[in-house]
Amino acid sequence: MAGIPHDHYEPKSQPEKWLHSRLPIVGLVYDTLMIPTPKNLNWMWIWGIVLAFCLALQIITGIVLVMHYTPHVDLAFASVEHIMRDVNGGYMIRYLHANGASLFFFAVYLHIFRGLYYGSYKAPREVTWIIGMLIYLAMMGTAFMGYVLPWGQMSFWGATVITGLFGAIPGIGEPIQTWLLGGPAVDNATLNRFFSLHYLLPFVIAGLVIVHIWAFHSTGNNNPTGVEVRRTSKEDAAKDTVPFWPYYVIKDLFALCLILIVFFAVVGFMPNYLGHPDNYLEANPLSTPAHIVPEWYFLPFYAILRAFTADVWVVQIAEFISFGIIDAKFFGVLAMFGAIAVMALAPWLDTSSVRSGRYRPKFKMWFWLLCIDFVVLGWVGAQSTEFPYDWISLIAATYWFAYFLVILPLLGIIEKPLPIPATIEEDFNAHYGPANPAE
Amino acid sequence: MMFRKIALGAASTLGLLAGGAFAEGGAHIEDHAFAHEGPFGKFDEFQLQRGLQVFTEVCSACHGLKYVPVRTLSDEGGPRMPEDQVRAYAKDMLPPVADPVTGEERPREVSDKFPENTGAGAPDLSLMTKARAGFHGPYGLGINQMMKGMGGPEYVYSILTGYAENPACAPDGIDGYYYNTAFANGGIPDSCKDEAGHSTITGSWIAMAPPLSDDIVTYADGHAATVHHTAEDVTSFLTWAAEPKMMARKQAGLTAIIILSVLTVLLYLTNKTLWAGVKGKKKAH
Repeated sequence: MAGIPHDHYEPKSQPEKWLHSRLPIVGLVYDTLMIPTPKNLNWMWIWGIVLAFCLALQIITGIVLVMHYTPHVDLAFASVEHIMRDVNGGYMIRYLHANGASLFFFAVYLHIFRGLYYGSYKAPREVTWIIGMLIYLAMMGTAFMGYVLPWGQMSFWGATVITGLFGAIPGIGEPIQTWLLGGPAVDNATLNRFFSLHYLLPFVIAGLVIVHIWAFHSTGNNNPTGVEVRRTSKEDAAKDTVPFWPYYVIKDLFALCLILIVFFAVVGFMPNYLGHPDNYLEANPLSTPAHIVPEWYFLPFYAILRAFTADVWVVQIAEFISFGIIDAKFFGVLAMFGAIAVMALAPWLDTSSVRSGRYRPKFKMWFWLLCIDFVVLGWVGAQSTEFPYDWISLIAATYWFAYFLVILPLLGIIEKPLPIPATIEEDFNAHYGPANPAE
Repeated sequence: MMFRKIALGAASTLGLLAGGAFAEGGAHIEDHAFAHEGPFGKFDEFQLQRGLQVFTEVCSACHGLKYVPVRTLSDEGGPRMPEDQVRAYAKDMLPPVADPVTGEERPREVSDKFPENTGAGAPDLSLMTKARAGFHGPYGLGINQMMKGMGGPEYVYSILTGYAENPACAPDGIDGYYYNTAFANGGIPDSCKDEAGHSTITGSWIAMAPPLSDDIVTYADGHAATVHHTAEDVTSFLTWAAEPKMMARKQAGLTAIIILSVLTVLLYLTNKTLWAGVKGKKKAH
């Protein structure tokens, strides 16, 4: 795809021309920064920059933490205390890193739900969406392994529970679990490989982020109308867009600063609010905590994992027709990964010809219900599995699947969308009036 | 049933807001106003010094403080004891230590840590106020923790002051254990459980004998040394021990917020000016 027509970098001076004919790196940076961006993007389009900031923050603070951390079962917990007490500014670096993970997930969820509402996943942006889902999976893996490193009680038991999920795979589960752990149980080998992978994966994420940006720079950004930028000519395109620099850079930085005020309030005044007190107890394989609760950002999918118990009829049917291979535990694991898989398949499950939810009256309702559903799943994931929480999680988990597998495909057929604007310019002017009324 | 539960929850939440104490998980955690609470809360260095005295004379008999370096007693944002006093404290008050290089026993120095103490099976207290939560909920929403903090110090304070006479359902208690209204995880005699096995009392039995009594220590500054005061002082000390950089952290947070606020205003104005040329006048609806 040629991209949206716009002015490209032209080397002027002799040194510029010299470099450009050998390595057009200045041109690449210029074209990336000056990319024509729909001028009607709203505040939900700021999360990308927040996420880029989070990745940078996590990598930079992480690199410093590694300088003082010791990945050994006997020393890890004490080395974290060493960071908190002896290292200059160490307490701040660690709290930034720990809470940075929360900001990262907070932003990614808003980013994903923005994409779901405005149909950013739909053609021609499926690849952007799929890469995004891969980033999200890599983030989950990274965060999970990072949480194990302080070697507290929740680190240890969280690792035990989550790697135990792989053990639920019939037949090959236990060998896989042993292979992942590097032994029969969570131990020093586990801590070391998690440390290694926790350091590696962020760079994989960084690579995927570049591909993610490359993909939507080829297709152009989606926007609240879902109407594409006109590519008929440079002049037409310019009516629908503004260059990313300085318009969106400044806007995004403003939003980022506002968010960072809240972030630093959390880091400065309540840095342990989102953590679990049990993780300030050193890991003890002989003492199981009363409640093993994952970090808040895993709770919606943790709720789906736990929702399908042996007395749910779908599970019983699955067990019956698979001759017992798919038991409740394995079903739960399939449901948890399936919940992300159906989201990744949204581009092909959504049959509507209209991209943006703004012009889809029925879709809107179901979408907001999905948002509520996600919050409910997150909440119920931290509760016990007793009545009524078992029912709440089952209903909420069912809705998650119903939204993607039933509602999205059906809506495209039965829904009558509202009229969509012909161009982005038309929509923008309807809100703000033409830029120069004299014309 | 559900509605009754919600009504009860709402009632206890209201009670909370009124500053009352509340029971959670079958135990009673008193919400206590410590000097270090809130974004501007600071440690009172004299209180930390008194707390150190309580720890040294009472708690350290059974509990360790193995992650806390002795030198930090003279740190900014802590007890701020004079360095010679800390040196003397390390040498005279703390048990000797095996030198990590020579292996020989020598008097403790300021560069050493407080001793580990596992003899009585008592937990190390270095991180205790961060490893316990006094407040939860309501209903898993995390609002109590947001309003009042995690409640680790309140938990410790409540344990220290939560000893009570054995309840009527078990007048003889459990041999070798002590009834404590703040302790949720201990043993409970069957006579104090209903048919479903749920506890009918607040708290449970704990292995730690009541550690504090009135005037168990004599403060050099003449401060009152009731159970309430000593519990408050030692809890503050342990809060500092668990989070020695708390004051620096709050200061850094505040500085960051101020700088970011200024930057936010500047960026807002820049953004407004920048987009003014793109946006026309907003239409009146």
